[in-house]
Amino acid sequence: MAEEQKREFWRWLESNWVNPDINWRNAQYVTVGIDVGSVSSQAVVMADGQIFAYGNMRTGSDSPNSATNALKFALEKADLPEDKINYLIGTGYGRVNVPMADRTVTEIACHARGANFIYGPEVRTVLDVGGQDIKVIRCDAKGKVTNFLMNDKCAAGTGRGMEVFSDLLSVPIGEVGERSFEVDREPPPVSSTCVVYAKSEATGLLRKGWKTNEVLAAYCAAMAERIFSLMERVGVEPEFAITGGMAKNRGVIDRLKKKVGLEPMKTKWDSQIAGAVGAALFGYALCQKGKGRK
Amino acid sequence: MLANYGYSDGSGNYFITIDTDMCNGCGDCVEACPARVFEVVDENPHDPMNEEPVAIVVADKKKKLKYECGPCKPASDRPPLPCMEACKAGAISHSW
Repeated sequence: MAEEQKREFWRWLESNWVNPDINWRNAQYVTVGIDVGSVSSQAVVMADGQIFAYGNMRTGSDSPNSATNALKFALEKADLPEDKINYLIGTGYGRVNVPMADRTVTEIACHARGANFIYGPEVRTVLDVGGQDIKVIRCDAKGKVTNFLMNDKCAAGTGRGMEVFSDLLSVPIGEVGERSFEVDREPPPVSSTCVVYAKSEATGLLRKGWKTNEVLAAYCAAMAERIFSLMERVGVEPEFAITGGMAKNRGVIDRLKKKVGLEPMKTKWDSQIAGAVGAALFGYALCQKGKGRK
Repeated sequence: MLANYGYSDGSGNYFITIDTDMCNGCGDCVEACPARVFEVVDENPHDPMNEEPVAIVVADKKKKLKYECGPCKPASDRPPLPCMEACKAGAISHSW
């Protein structure tokens, strides 16, 4: 029997990058932040508080391995031996499983600090839409959290929900945003918030003759509504920034910004690395306090 | 910092908010709560550069607050909540 190749539409692209303008040998402190999320893992290497290298990959089934793999992936193009790291902080859902971490910091603190760095100190509201949770964080000019809310009980409105839909509709996850706008008219949002129910609702819509793009639009709109209802609880203050993989999905973000009434900030950095950047910055601050590895 | 612990699901919003600027880490809420929802930790987990004790909601209870807090919240004649009464600083509030 011929081996059947199943395409996995939900798979997004992994990437790593190194800054050619920075020589880590000139830096006083090299700090690393590793953010092990439920779906993706990032490792960010910073030289004296500047981003030197990063790697962004999928979390496997084994948290300690994904942390090690993410670090190796980040260091792949950087000529930096692991023993030159002065401080390593683990964060995210799998932070307790980062074997080489000097300490752990919650992802809430890290995302606020990271967003402050990659979007600038004007950020007051950070929305992080991760693989399995949504965080709404308000912070001050130093990236210190002033108010936060995290919903990690229900996967409605998270990245995992979008993966389920891209798989169901056979649309590569990177194209979901664009295709959700290729509709003749904006359909009403899917009424179920729960991913499992929304999926059965979508199957029903397809059977009724809805086009793939219309179902995508209906789901993106439902996600935007769900995310907005959580944001309302904490309140949104400008400037407003979005971190996490969902920031790359125009279908949700453009619908969300209409509700919020604010334009999200833009950055040259990958929105997914914010948590790991924050962790590396905390490491740098701790090194400056004299708590780094000798 | 307003720390909102809890969740929102299809049935509603269940958040306990602790104002960490008001909380002095005295631990009165830990004893007052019959469900043992609170604990005092040495430093605020969401503010790693600050090393002062503060009350948080126990990690295991965060996702079932609706049920943990249920016995203190009868549908009618609701008495004052023991946690809010015990907190002299007034740092605790509930969303439901």
